[in-house]
Parts: sequence; C-alpha cells; structure tokens
Amino acid sequence: MFELLRQIEWTPFLISFKLASITTLILFIIALPLAWYLSWTKSKLKPTIEAITALPIVLPPSVLGFYILILLSSNSLIGNFFEKYFGIKLLFSFSGLVVASIFYSLPFMVQPIQSGFESLNRNIIEASYLSGKGKIETLFRVALPNIKPSILTAVIITFAHTVGEFGVVLMVGGNISNETRVASVAIYELVEIMDYKMAHIYSAIMLIISFLVLIVVYILNKRVGLK
Amino acid sequence: MIRLDIKKVLFGAKGEMLLNISLDIKRGEFLILSGESGSGKTTLLRILAGLESAEGKIEVDGEVWLDKYISLAPQKREIGFIFQDYALFPNMSVEENLLFVNRDLELAKHLLDITNLSSLKNRYPNSLSGGQKQRVALARALMRRPKLLLMDEPLSALDPKMRLRLQEQILELHREFKTTTIMVSHDLAEIYTLSDRVAVMEFGKIIKIGYTRDILLKDSNSLELIGKVLSIDSRDIVILVGRDIVKVPLNGLKFNVGEAIKVLINGSNLKLDTL
Repeated sequence: MFELLRQIEWTPFLISFKLASITTLILFIIALPLAWYLSWTKSKLKPTIEAITALPIVLPPSVLGFYILILLSSNSLIGNFFEKYFGIKLLFSFSGLVVASIFYSLPFMVQPIQSGFESLNRNIIEASYLSGKGKIETLFRVALPNIKPSILTAVIITFAHTVGEFGVVLMVGGNISNETRVASVAIYELVEIMDYKMAHIYSAIMLIISFLVLIVVYILNKRVGLK
Repeated sequence: MIRLDIKKVLFGAKGEMLLNISLDIKRGEFLILSGESGSGKTTLLRILAGLESAEGKIEVDGEVWLDKYISLAPQKREIGFIFQDYALFPNMSVEENLLFVNRDLELAKHLLDITNLSSLKNRYPNSLSGGQKQRVALARALMRRPKLLLMDEPLSALDPKMRLRLQEQILELHREFKTTTIMVSHDLAEIYTLSDRVAVMEFGKIIKIGYTRDILLKDSNSLELIGKVLSIDSRDIVILVGRDIVKVPLNGLKFNVGEAIKVLINGSNLKLDTL
C-alpha cells in the first residue's frame, strides 16, 4: 500500500491545483466588475456580452482550444506582444494554460455572481445611491457583503471546473511533464499506455477530491444562507 | 421652495398614461400624495429622487436638479427616501445603517435616542420587528439632513397601533428637523394628522390639491360610511357597517350581495357618545 503511494507522481495534481487557484483568483477580479455591470446595465449590448460570456459552456473544448491556440501563437498579436515584451511564450507553457483557463471558466465565475447581484433587493442598492454613495462604494459595501453564498458558489465551482478541464488544456498546453501535464491529462496518458492500475489510482484521487470540494460548498452554503 | 413641472409617459396596468405634474412646495411643508394605486405617485417620488428619468424641471431652493441640460444623480440630490419595504442594509447593524450615510456620531446618537432605538443599535435588521425597521429607516433617511424627505407608504405594512405611534414620531421629527416632506398615503387619519396639504392623484395628474382640512373635513351634518351588502330580499337590504349589521328598506334600489356600498347619514341628529 505504502509502496504504491510512493509510486504516485503528485506533480500533475499540484499543477492542476496551482492552475485552478491562479485562474480562480484572476477570474474573480475580472468577473466582479463584469457581473456588477451586467446586473444593472440597461444597455442594448447586454445580451451580446452575456452570450459571449456564456460561450465556453456550449462550445466544444476543442473549438475553444483551437481558437485560443491561434490567439496565443507567436504569430498572433497577443502571443507576439507577450513574447516581445515579457519574454513569455504562451503556447505549451503554464502561463498559456492560465490564459486558456480564464476563457474556459469565465461563465462559471460571472454567472453566479451576476445572478447574486440580480437577486438583491433593488431598493437597498438605490438606498445606497440615495445615501450619496457611488456605484463602486455600493458594490463593495452593500452589494458584495449581501451575496456571500453566490460568491462562495462562484469561487468553488470555478476552481473545481478548472481542475476538471481536459480538452482545452491538452490543445493549448500539450502534455509536458512538470509544466502543463495536469491531473486529467496525466490520466488520459496512463490509459493510452494501458497503465490501468495508475489510472485507477489517479482517477480515484480526483473523484474523492471533487466530491469533498462539492460537499464543502453545500455545507458552507447552508451555513451562510442561514445567517 | 421646491418647484416641479414634469412629464413622463408611463406604461402601467391600464395602458399608456402621461404623468403630468406641476407643483410648488413651500420649505418645511408636509405634503401627502393620495390616490389610487397606479396613478403615478411612486413614480413621482422616484423622479424627484433621481431614480427615474423624466422631462421637465425640478428646482429645489434655487438649485436645479432637473431641466433640459441637467439631471443631477441621486447621490447629489440631498434626499432622504423611505421605501415601502424599508430597504435597510442587512449586513449592517442599526447604528451602522445610520453611519453608512454620514459618519456623524452625534447626529446618529440623537436620532437613535428620539426614535427609541438606542438599546437596539447593535442589532441587525433581520432581528427587528416591522415597526422597529421603519424607525431605523426614518432615522437613516434623516442622517443626511436632507432638503427633501420622500416616503412611499411608509406605514402601510404596520398594524394600526404601531401606525399611530409612528405617526407621532414622524410628526415629532418633522417639527424638529423641519424637513420638507412628501409622503404617499391612503389612510385618512394619517393624512389628517400629518399633512399640511394633500394632493389627490388620478391617472397621472393631480385632480385635487389644497389644505388638508379643506379637502378632508366634511359638513358636520353628514357622514359617509362604507358598508358591505350581506343579503337582500324583496323589500329590505342587510348591510354590515363597521361592527354593526343593520336592516334598511331597499326602496327599489339595486345592489348585489357582497358589494361594498356607501351609507350616507344625513340630518341634524348626528350624535356622538363614548364607548
């Protein structure tokens, strides 16, 4: 048993969780103003922005991965910019994975936060404006503290969804050990080389972790909801 | 002095309607807006607060809040607004709700004192009763020392006893702060107790405006009551008026069972007695 545990390569799991943590943090910062804006705007552009935000849910990961591949390549504007000024190659690197994951998990962060904002009593937002507070102060002092369950859901679902991504990661990051080989890709590879024993162990670890994450979400949500 | 002259097309339950209001309000005056629901009262308050757009002009103490070129944001209009559902911030204690508006500790303490909320200042809105929430809303609205206090049926969700106590408190605060006030209300006793003037709205327009006493007080020789028809036979009708059930000759009139009808008492023999 201990012999078996010693054989397990933990790096893919570490990469998975590092990727998920960084992606979740950056996405929270991006999604907060976006969700806030979408929750009160009456702009005609709103459905378009919402549709773009939701695209990653319906697009096959390979399609999304393909476009990100094109977008990040050294020949593209973005890829070129990062390579020239920061010396970062985005394709087949961890940084590229982060960028891809941000696109891939965007709706999972934006949608719960937006619906949290939309379910808030409009009157308390207006009461804050009438107290002389601007939109930003209202966001941080009134709106945000009153949608804690939605924030919690958004953060944990985004994290879990990023840990679980496979197609996009494989297309944009490939399968480079210690760099882009995340847990899901590692399992795919183990199956390909028919190492079913390790594939079983890896899969079981992922299953248990995912289950625990979801249990924690539901328990926390129940507690926060009760308060 | 507040002068307003506004127009806005509304799409309500009864179809398209033009809200067209022209009104002057003296400084320190207490005006009550009355009228059927859907007549535009709440919209008028929201336009004054800057929460909804409209065409026309709003001028408060010589300062333009709205005209062709200017539309002051709600943040810049010095307004206290009391929502029907109180709209307290659930994440803040009673005291924090007040201090959020304005970090004036002394004013907050004073307002908490006169609204009898001092002992509840660390409680959160979810643990308060309706009447307590309403007092917090009232105190919070005055924290900005507003030029104009707007109240949208603030007492409609309270029981009659609580209503009376809060009316007194509103009156007391009005005397002390002398804030120009516009309040929406349907309750005749409330209108009579609180307001200097009353404006009755119908379908987006003011159809009647004047000093409260002139509008409400009737000739003391007649009294109009509302009754409910309980049963009708060929000659008589049985009506519930207040807590009494009375039988009256029908005299050929046509009513339906369950209908609410007016009961007029005329003549010089109107008598009063203690219960």
